[in-house]
Amino acid sequence: MTKFSSLSRQYWPTVALFAFLLACWQLAVSLGGIREYLLPSPLAVWNALWHSEIGWTQHLWATTLEIIGAFVLAAVVGVALGVAIAWSPLIANALVPFLVFVNTLPKVAIAPLFLIWMGYGIFPNMLMGALIGFFPVVINTAVGLSQVEADMLDLGRVFNAPKWKIFAKIRIPNALPYILSALKITATAAVVGAIVGEFVASQKGLGYVITTTQSSMNTAVAFAALIWISIVGLLLYGAVVLLAQLWAPWAEGVD
Amino acid sequence: MSKVLIDLDQVGMTYEAASGPVEALAGITSAIGAGEFVSLVGPSGCGKSTLLRIVAGLRPATSGTVAVSGRAVTQPIPDIGMVFQAPILLKWRSILENVLLPAELAGKDPKALKPRAEQLLEMAGLGGFGPKLPRELSGGMQQRAALCRALLLDPPLLLMDEPFGALDAMTRDDMALELLRIWGESDLARDARKTVLFVTHSIPEAVFLSDRVLVMSARPGRIAADLRIDLPRPRTVELRASEAFGKLTLGIFRALTGRTVGAAGTA
Ligand SMILES: Nc1ncnc2c1ncn2[C@@H]1O[C@H](COP(=O)(O)OP(=O)(O)O)[C@@H](O)[C@H]1O
Ligand SMILES: [Mg+2]
Repeated sequence: MTKFSSLSRQYWPTVALFAFLLACWQLAVSLGGIREYLLPSPLAVWNALWHSEIGWTQHLWATTLEIIGAFVLAAVVGVALGVAIAWSPLIANALVPFLVFVNTLPKVAIAPLFLIWMGYGIFPNMLMGALIGFFPVVINTAVGLSQVEADMLDLGRVFNAPKWKIFAKIRIPNALPYILSALKITATAAVVGAIVGEFVASQKGLGYVITTTQSSMNTAVAFAALIWISIVGLLLYGAVVLLAQLWAPWAEGVD
Repeated sequence: MSKVLIDLDQVGMTYEAASGPVEALAGITSAIGAGEFVSLVGPSGCGKSTLLRIVAGLRPATSGTVAVSGRAVTQPIPDIGMVFQAPILLKWRSILENVLLPAELAGKDPKALKPRAEQLLEMAGLGGFGPKLPRELSGGMQQRAALCRALLLDPPLLLMDEPFGALDAMTRDDMALELLRIWGESDLARDARKTVLFVTHSIPEAVFLSDRVLVMSARPGRIAADLRIDLPRPRTVELRASEAFGKLTLGIFRALTGRTVGAAGTA
């Protein structure tokens, strides 16, 4: 188990710091007399995590669905737009200024419009996450597709290879590490988007749970919701990292 | 000379750069015979790479005409092998898959060519390295893989742009011998050999490898001297120490530095 021991050597400071902070927090609350609605104790948060009357499952489910939907949508649309931009200068000229404009819009400010157009539900929140997360994918896809050595492309021309073949065999694999690197950003953005969407309009989801605790002053539940959100976010991020190692093992240290 | 394969007639090239036109080549006229090993030497920036690209049909000349096998070159010509200064292997493909890339790009069946690819790797001292990724090989080994890739479709014409430029001196000399062996110096008749156009910075390397050395002048590149290398083949390591070798080297050096060409034998 050398792998395990090297892992534990790498991560023990993280674990130790985390445990230390938790202990400080618990001590501050129980000895310092901080009120529960300002800062609940770690134990209270732990209990809230499993509170059955919140109905965590449905909220977790709704938010997870939004996040995954946002991520997939951003990835698919982002890659498609990136390929289109790299494929034809005409498309690039038409699309890029428009995409830059969309990207400079404060997406959070659009959320209320989504409510007007699409009402309540999972889909508008998915869309919000996708909207926040797709831009880096477009850019990285387009950059990765064009950052191919000129000599490599000449090699393609020597063999009279059609454009699609150059894309399939050279440009797209070349862009893969760039795309995967953008998807790590998108994974985080998808979480932000889904929660923002839920803040503005929702009847379900972890963001919705947080908004309800504002009136009930049940801070422990808000903390618990935060933890659930970060667990979903971390799992998605971890999945992307794993995917990157699986799909592009040659690209160590691209980002 | 044997049948002419590459015919260059008053070839000129002027790049339109942002800072204004750059005249890279002017009045290049030369004929290269089938089966000849010809080296191009010249100061950096004199248009050697440009000339190679023009011959390959990757770039049109802005003046003059180029013909290969009697046909005017207007687009990338078929049946050539190219080797560049860097190996430029696809880093996500195994060495074997890299060597097979030309087959895929040219729309040929890579499966049918796999035995040949493996045989080439074997010959280049890379037997057993086929399944490895490029980054697992040293620079010299990668360059040998690039050579195998260029040879896969058995092209009659090899264009090589400073292929050994990034290698250390010893590997470089080894590769030169290897190249001559692959070229069939000792086992193929002259007209069965490939035609090679070889760009190098190293004068001794040019002398060692070539039947002929074209010396180019600084920009715009012109042919300053066309020297025949009448050294016996197969070339051996000992040859490098011979007087004839030294004389030829000196002759090219003089032509390069613009001093009058000595007794080294002008063509
Ligand atoms: N694509 C290009 N655009 C403008 N100038 C170029 C281009 N390629 C090469 N040149 C110029 O043409 C000259 C010859 O270049 P090159 O053929 O690469 O020389 P060499 O291979 O002999 O070093 C150089 O001065 C170089 O700056
Ligand atoms: Mg060059």
